[in-house]
Amino acid sequence: MSADLVTSMSDTPPAEAPQFPMPRATGCPFDPPPFLRTLQADAPITRVRLWDGSAPWLISRYDHQRVLLSDPRISADAAHPHYPHATTGQKEVKKGMRTFINMDDPEHARLRRMVTAPFSIKRVEALRPAIQKIVDDLIDDMLAGPTPVDLVQAFALPVPSLVISELLGVPYADHDFFQQNSRLLVNRDTPPDEAMAAQHRLIDYLDRLIADKLADPGEDLLSYLAAQRVATGELSRQEAALMGRLLLVAGHETTANMIALGTLALLQHPDQLAALRETDDPKLIAGAVEELLRYLTIVHGGRRRVALEDIEIDGHTIRAGEGVILANDIGNRDATAFACPDRLDIHRDARRHVAFGFGVHQCLGQPLARVELQVVYGTLYRRIPTLRLAVDLDLVPFKHDAIVYGVYELPVAW
Amino acid sequence: MKVFIDQDKCVASGQCVLAAADVFDQRDEDGVVILLNPDPPAELADDVRQAAAVCPALAIRVEEE
Ligand code: HEM
Ligand code: SF4
Repeated sequence: MSADLVTSMSDTPPAEAPQFPMPRATGCPFDPPPFLRTLQADAPITRVRLWDGSAPWLISRYDHQRVLLSDPRISADAAHPHYPHATTGQKEVKKGMRTFINMDDPEHARLRRMVTAPFSIKRVEALRPAIQKIVDDLIDDMLAGPTPVDLVQAFALPVPSLVISELLGVPYADHDFFQQNSRLLVNRDTPPDEAMAAQHRLIDYLDRLIADKLADPGEDLLSYLAAQRVATGELSRQEAALMGRLLLVAGHETTANMIALGTLALLQHPDQLAALRETDDPKLIAGAVEELLRYLTIVHGGRRRVALEDIEIDGHTIRAGEGVILANDIGNRDATAFACPDRLDIHRDARRHVAFGFGVHQCLGQPLARVELQVVYGTLYRRIPTLRLAVDLDLVPFKHDAIVYGVYELPVAW
Repeated sequence: MKVFIDQDKCVASGQCVLAAADVFDQRDEDGVVILLNPDPPAELADDVRQAAAVCPALAIRVEEE
């Protein structure tokens, strides 16, 4: 068979294209689905079948992912008719009410740059003492309370929720409301009308906050958007509310899952946990954060894109209008990029991981997430050295069904 | 080594500052990259290469001498 024929055959979606997403292996909650590994080895650029019958490309190698994610012919526009949505609920939510995460440049850059200032390395470093205080206080509370305790509710969710509330100017007292609605948005099995309702509740909430801040601005990011961008007519209130909604949800769901799942991963790797507990070297702690980001790649449904023009890559042609999914979880386990990729090794240099994505949409909140996780991983296990899982690993409920992977609950004791 | 940045491409990820704080900084108003030293000394070369490699926007170019 000629090379040309091989290419053209695999470039049309076969009827038996594998269903995506795929299940993880039982007993391996930290590893990507084994079938992704097979694809990475044998068919790194191939078609998969989604819930709606569409057959986007699945890109499983690290280097291909970086190339495509930084290619301007690859669009993140969720209103495109062939955008590969994760669920029917996501489709409803995203196609009507887009903000910059689902827009292309130049609109993406224009909007993103309105909110980048508070996430610079300098500004985020200045928050470190406040984050340390939040973490210390929550640990004091846990130590004063009974065991076992659910680490998710007692610690993993409050840390980033308190931080992002403060930064945005969202009252933390409303945390039950925004956490519950965020959860509805990121769970794959939320029916579309409920996802839509959750989206509307969050947007209405942020819209009211922005109206309040227009009247009486404070020092926070929503006040800045209201006073400097909405009042000047650069942004509509709806646009500002959508940006606020994105930051509020992205700002706590992700980091919370890294805290709880990261802790569980460390508890299952006692040598790594011991190394982290015994160090006060900020470089090693920062390295451990990068390694856990790589190893866990919690945003596990892949970066979703659509090709705007024909793109040639490694003997394949992705046609204009075809959907593309870049599976960062398996990309971060690519042996050509990371030696012994399935080993959790906090001493390795993992900084080139794609857990925050790559290209112009790479995570805006990454400096903040890094500092939060450095403070958490650098404090929790030193202050509670005997921390342990209070149930069998098989009883821990994993978020297989969510856009962001993690655990629903993590009963711990000490 | 010579370093070039493209501020129009920059998405303010901060990754270059984390990799090489003596060579890169960010503007106060929007976090966009600033080049502190276009001609860094040899001992910073690895950090600068790392910065270029992790820049998600491909906004950093390095010319080796
Ligand atoms: C460990 C925690 C986090 C992880 C793993 C994570 C992961 C990601 C990923 C993979 C993307 C890329 C989306 C894409 O390319 O389609 C992204 C984008 C984004 N993240 Fe994060 N994130 C985290 C924390 C945060 C925090 C704390 C915030 C905000 C305060 C945040 C705000 C955003 C925003 C606004 C975008 C969209 C950027 C754009 O489209 O230009 N994230 N994040
Ligand atoms: S790494 Fe690249 S995108 Fe990020 S701040 Fe530096 S130049 Fe800008």
